[in-house]
Amino acid sequence: MDEEYDVIVLGTGLTECILSGLLSVEGKKVLHMDRNDYYGGESASLNLTQFFRKFRPNQSPPTDLGRDRDYAVDLIPKFIIASGELVKILVHTDVLRYLEFKQIAGSFVYKNGKISKVPSTEVEAARSPLMGLFEKYRAKKFFEFLQGWKEEDPATHQGLNLDKDSMRKVYQHFGLEPGTQDFIGHALALYLDDDYINKPARSTYERIVLYTTSMARWGKSPYIYPLYGLGELPQSFARLSAIYGGTYMLDKPIDEIVLNKDGSFEGVRSGEETVRAKMVIGDPSYFGAGKEAEGGKLRVVEDGKVVRAICLLKHPIPGTEESDSVQIIIPQNQVNRRNDIYIAMVSSTHKVCADNIYVAIVSTIVETSAPENEIQPGLHLLGSIYDKFVTVSPIYTPVADGKQDHIYITRSYDATSHFETVVEDVFDVFKRVMGKDLELKKRESDVEQ
Amino acid sequence: MSKQFQFKLVLLGESAVGKSSLVLRFVKDQFDDYRESTIGAAFLTQTVTLEDQTTVKFEIWDTAGQERYKSLAPMYYRNANCAVVVYDITQTASLEKAKTWIRELQRQADPSIVIALCGNKLDLSARRQVTEEEASKYADEEGLLWSETSAKTGEGVNAIFNAIAKKLPLTAPPSARGARAAAPGTTRQNVDLNRQPTARGGEACNC
Ligand SMILES: Cc1cc2nc3c(=O)[nH]c(=O)nc-3n(C[C@H](O)[C@H](O)[C@H](O)COP(=O)(O)OP(=O)(O)OC[C@H]3O[C@@H](n4cnc5c(N)ncnc54)[C@H](O)[C@@H]3O)c2cc1C
Ligand SMILES: Nc1nc2c(ncn2[C@@H]2O[C@H](COP(=O)(O)OP(=O)(O)OP(=O)(O)O)[C@@H](O)[C@H]2O)c(=O)[nH]1
Ligand SMILES: [Mg+2]
Repeated sequence: MDEEYDVIVLGTGLTECILSGLLSVEGKKVLHMDRNDYYGGESASLNLTQFFRKFRPNQSPPTDLGRDRDYAVDLIPKFIIASGELVKILVHTDVLRYLEFKQIAGSFVYKNGKISKVPSTEVEAARSPLMGLFEKYRAKKFFEFLQGWKEEDPATHQGLNLDKDSMRKVYQHFGLEPGTQDFIGHALALYLDDDYINKPARSTYERIVLYTTSMARWGKSPYIYPLYGLGELPQSFARLSAIYGGTYMLDKPIDEIVLNKDGSFEGVRSGEETVRAKMVIGDPSYFGAGKEAEGGKLRVVEDGKVVRAICLLKHPIPGTEESDSVQIIIPQNQVNRRNDIYIAMVSSTHKVCADNIYVAIVSTIVETSAPENEIQPGLHLLGSIYDKFVTVSPIYTPVADGKQDHIYITRSYDATSHFETVVEDVFDVFKRVMGKDLELKKRESDVEQ
Repeated sequence: MSKQFQFKLVLLGESAVGKSSLVLRFVKDQFDDYRESTIGAAFLTQTVTLEDQTTVKFEIWDTAGQERYKSLAPMYYRNANCAVVVYDITQTASLEKAKTWIRELQRQADPSIVIALCGNKLDLSARRQVTEEEASKYADEEGLLWSETSAKTGEGVNAIFNAIAKKLPLTAPPSARGARAAAPGTTRQNVDLNRQPTARGGEACNC
C-alpha cells in the first residue's frame, strides 16, 4: 500500500466501478477498495449466506430455499432499459463480453384495483382494457403525434412547443383522461410523481421515446437484465479497471479520510496504513453518511428515503400471465400517494435463485413514518409471501462538487426503475474529475468482428 | 462435419509466475521478457484442433491481477469449464499458493471442472526449487493434469492446452458462459446487445 495513486475509489457499487473502469482506460492509476468482502456495495447481489448474514445474522438460511450458490439476490431493484445510456457504456467499453442478458418478460400497470399488461404491440394495445374505445382513439392520435414529431418541421408540431408548453397542455390538446395521463406519465415516461405535468413537455417526450424505442428493440418489455443478477454489472466494470491496471482490495476497513493542512484530500487510512492519491471518489457511506458530522464537516445530506421489501415467493405474481420476470407500476394516484410503488420481480430464468423461487422487490419513496405500511398495496399483489426482508435506505447527495478538496462523492441509488440516473451521475463525476466530457463511441477494435 | 466446442478457461496462480506469458505464448506465440503485469487484454480466445478434427475453442480469462489482494470477482470463476493453475518451478512458495487455489476450485467450482497444474519457467531449471516428483505426486493424488512449461521457449505450452482439450467432456456442444444450463421450458434466447437495433426506424412507437 505504499505506492501513490492517481485516484482512490471507495466502494464497489455500480457507479464507482463504472468510474473506476473508465478512469483506468483513460490511463489513471486507480486503487479501488471496499470494506465488504464482496463486490457491489449497495448495488450488490448476494448469495443466501451473504444475504442472511446481512439481514438476519442470527439465522441460517432455511434449507428448503435450495443451494446457497444458486442465489444472487439484488439489494436494489433496477432493470436495464434497452436503449438507454448504460447499454451504450456497456457497448463502448466492451464490458458486454463478460455478461449475458435476458429480457424482462413483461411490464404491468395497476389500475382500478387490478394489473394489466403495458401493451407491447398494436394488437395488445387494441385489446388492452387500460382504455376505453374512444380513449384509445385519442391515445392513438397522441402516439401518432409523438411518432411523427420532427424537430425541423412545424407541420408536425400541431401548434405545440415541447420546450414551452407543459405536459398538461399536451394532454389537454389530445383530450386525454386522467387515467390515460397516469398511464403515459408513470408507466411509459416512468415518472415517480406528478411534478412533470406542469413542466415543459420535452423531457416527458424524451422519456416516452426512450421507453418505446427500448420496447421496440426486443419486444415484451423495454428492459433487459444480466444473468446472475445486477451484481454482475459492477464486477464486470471492476474487471475492466483491473485489466487496465486498477488494483483491487476488498475486505478493507476504511478508517479515515486523511486531509492535508488546506483541508484537501491527501489519502485514506486503513488501520496503520495510509495510501495517498491525488483524489478520492466514493459512495456516501465512506463520507459520514448517517453519522454525526465529524469536526463540523458535513459532506453528504439526506434527500429522502426509499423503502424496499425483498420478498421471496414460491409462485409467479398472480395476474402476470405466469411471467418469469416483471415490472409492475402502481401509479401514485391509484393509491392516493405522492410517489409510485414499484414491483420488480426476477427468477431462476435469470439465475438469481433456485427453481420455483421468485424474488420480488417492492419499493417506494417514503412519505410517512410507517414506511412498511406504504408498500402494502404492492405486497398485496404478490399473493402469499414466503419471506420478506424490509429495508429503509436514506438517499444521500454530496454537498460539494469536489473541485475544492478533491473529494468526489457519488449519489445513493434512487427509486427509479432503471440505471439512467446512475449513468447521469457517472457522466457528472467523470466530467468534474477529468475536466472533459465522457464521450461514448464504440471502440475501433470491437467493430472488426 | 467437424464439431466445435467452446469452453471457459481460467488462469490462477501467484503474481509473476507467468500466467499472462503462458496465454501470450499459446494465443500469439510471443514472449516478452519485460512484461508489466497484465494490462489491456485479459480475455483472449484460441482454438485447438484435436486429431478427430473436433475443434475446441478456449475463452481464456486471465486474472487481471485481481488475485493479488484476494479480490477476484465471483464472475471470474463462474461457469469455468477448466482452470490452469500456475506455479513457478524456481519458487517453492508459488506451489503452496497453487495448492490453495486448487482447494478453492475444488470447493467452489463446478465439480466437473478440469484442472491442470502447470510448473512454469522450465528454462530456468538450473534454479529449480520444486522437483518434478513432488509436483506430479501431488497432481496425481488430486486427480489433476500436470506438466512443466516455459512460456519463454514455448516448451510444453501447446501440450498442456491440448491435454485439457482432450479431457473436457465433448458430448453436447456447450457454449461457454452459462448457456448450458438453460432450464427446461424456457425457450427465450439471451439478448445480443451488439446486434443493431431493429429496423423499425428510430422512434417507432410500439407500445
Ligand atoms: C396502453 C396503450 C398504449 C398504446 N400505445 C400506442 C403506441 O405506442 N402507438 C400507437 O400508434 N398507438 C398506441 N395506442 C393506441 C392503439 O394503438 C390503438 O388504439 C390501436 O392501434 C387500435 O386502434 P384501432 O383504431 O384499430 O382500434 P380502436 O381504437 O379500438 O377503435 C377505434 C376505432 O373506432 C373508430 N372510432 C373512434 N372514435 C370513433 C367515434 N367517435 N365514432 C365512430 N368511430 C370511432 C376509429 O375510426 C377506429 O377505427 C395505445 C393504446 C393503449 C391502450
Ligand atoms: N524465464 C522465464 N520467464 C518467464 C516465463 N514466463 C514468464 N516469465 C517472466 O515472468 C514475469 C511475470 O510474468 P507474467 O506473465 O506477467 O506473470 P503473471 O502470472 O501474469 O503475473 P500477474 O499478472 O502479476 O499476476 C515476466 O517478467 C515474464 O517475462 C518463463 O517461462 N521463463
Ligand atoms: Mg498476468
